[in-house]
Amino acid sequence: MTVSFLGPDRYRRTLTTIGAAVLVASVTLYLALPVVALFFRTTPGLFISSLCDPAVTAALWLSLFTSVISLGIVILVGTPFAYVHCRNAYPGKMVVDTLIDLPLVLPPAVAGMALLVLYGRVGLVGKYLDMFGITLAFTTVAVIMAQIFVASPFYLRQAKSLFEQLDPSYEQTARTLGASPFRIFTTITIPLTASGLVSGAVMTFGRALGEFGATIMFAGNLPGVTQTMPLAVYVGLQGNFNVGLTVSILLVIISFTIMIAVRFLATREVRHA
Amino acid sequence: MLEAMLHKQLRDFPLDLKIQAHPNEILVLMGENGAGKSTVLNILSGLLTPDAGSIRLNGRDLYKSAAGICVPVESRRIGYVLQNSAVFPHLSVSENVAYGMKARHMHKDQIAEQVDHWMGLTNIRNLADVKAGKLSGGQKQRVAIARALAIGPDLLLLDEPFTALDTESRQSVQDAVCTCVSDLQIPCLVVTHRVADAREMGDRVYLLSRGVNRWEGLPSDIPTAGIQLPS
Repeated sequence: MTVSFLGPDRYRRTLTTIGAAVLVASVTLYLALPVVALFFRTTPGLFISSLCDPAVTAALWLSLFTSVISLGIVILVGTPFAYVHCRNAYPGKMVVDTLIDLPLVLPPAVAGMALLVLYGRVGLVGKYLDMFGITLAFTTVAVIMAQIFVASPFYLRQAKSLFEQLDPSYEQTARTLGASPFRIFTTITIPLTASGLVSGAVMTFGRALGEFGATIMFAGNLPGVTQTMPLAVYVGLQGNFNVGLTVSILLVIISFTIMIAVRFLATREVRHA
Repeated sequence: MLEAMLHKQLRDFPLDLKIQAHPNEILVLMGENGAGKSTVLNILSGLLTPDAGSIRLNGRDLYKSAAGICVPVESRRIGYVLQNSAVFPHLSVSENVAYGMKARHMHKDQIAEQVDHWMGLTNIRNLADVKAGKLSGGQKQRVAIARALAIGPDLLLLDEPFTALDTESRQSVQDAVCTCVSDLQIPCLVVTHRVADAREMGDRVYLLSRGVNRWEGLPSDIPTAGIQLPS
């Protein structure tokens, strides 16, 4: 005869709790362990000494520089673009919508190949630029172009969704008060969507910083010119492992900071009337 | 004075309406949901364009289909308070009231003077520095009315301005509207579905049904038992 110390309901509840705990622990460990392993593979002394390695500092500064430029271009061009796109109906709008999302599903290596085919020295546009002595492929500009191509959808999608969700009565009221479209955009639309836009910008910066596939295809891997942090990790794996490890840890720290910033910004959305 | 003949094909029926409103007159538009009341205000303000007709305000053509005239919203000088008041939540009360005047590039001193005047008339002076997003429903309505009036409009449009208000707030907002309309000597169109509102503040009433004016008269003569339209 089997004796159960727990009633049927309590027994079921306990099993459910254990099952849920195992599930949560498995997923958490699967995601966290590889990241934690990076930190266990080095020592503070080794990490700090590798930080001074010229390859690390060059990759770090190049990544930060190109990502900031990419982000600036995405914000300056993407914000008005997303606004105009949302507020107007035009032929082919659905196609443009799809194109905005395309880089999200396109393998980055394919994006890099596409950019190379278009802007490379013998590319569709590149051959004409070459006539004027302008070379884009395998330069720092190519790094920025690759980052913009791959990372801009994160900002554009966010901006589009924010502008679509904004209550139209704010802009309509501002119009009746005599405000020009530019004034409405800068004094009503942008402030009311600001925190969401910033969180989109932070995600875009993070994606640009981590860009690898399109960059190596279109910009190459030239130290100090096109070798960004993810590329330095790749090189480190083939040569100086500590350099690769240090850059990896740096990227983890930056990514983690970005996620915390996005979560913080998401909790302080401007409350609409 | 406002004179308008409006025609617009709506989804289920055509809107055909002739409106006349005099200075210092509060004209109330009543009717069932979907009768076209808010559409009328949107057309007059310029947010919607009619299919045909004319809108003339103080002798100035704002819209005339025959002559191809259509003055843009920004240039109509019409104060419009939308149903949800739409105060700008990220701006303070005084910044909300000043918004239209800044947009019209008025002088800083003049803006400050006008803001103070209209905040005083609508009884929101004590809220000047409060962010509009933190106000109650009644306070928001008063801010929206002060903001619409501060541009010195030739016409005031109010869409269901008392819907979300309790009795006390409703009375205070009604008083503010009557005072301001009398102060500026402009016509005012109010959309409401409450007979009591029409009786308390209206000078004349239109009863709309499916885009057509079915009855026109004094607020005291409004058919009782809800809105039973005379045949």
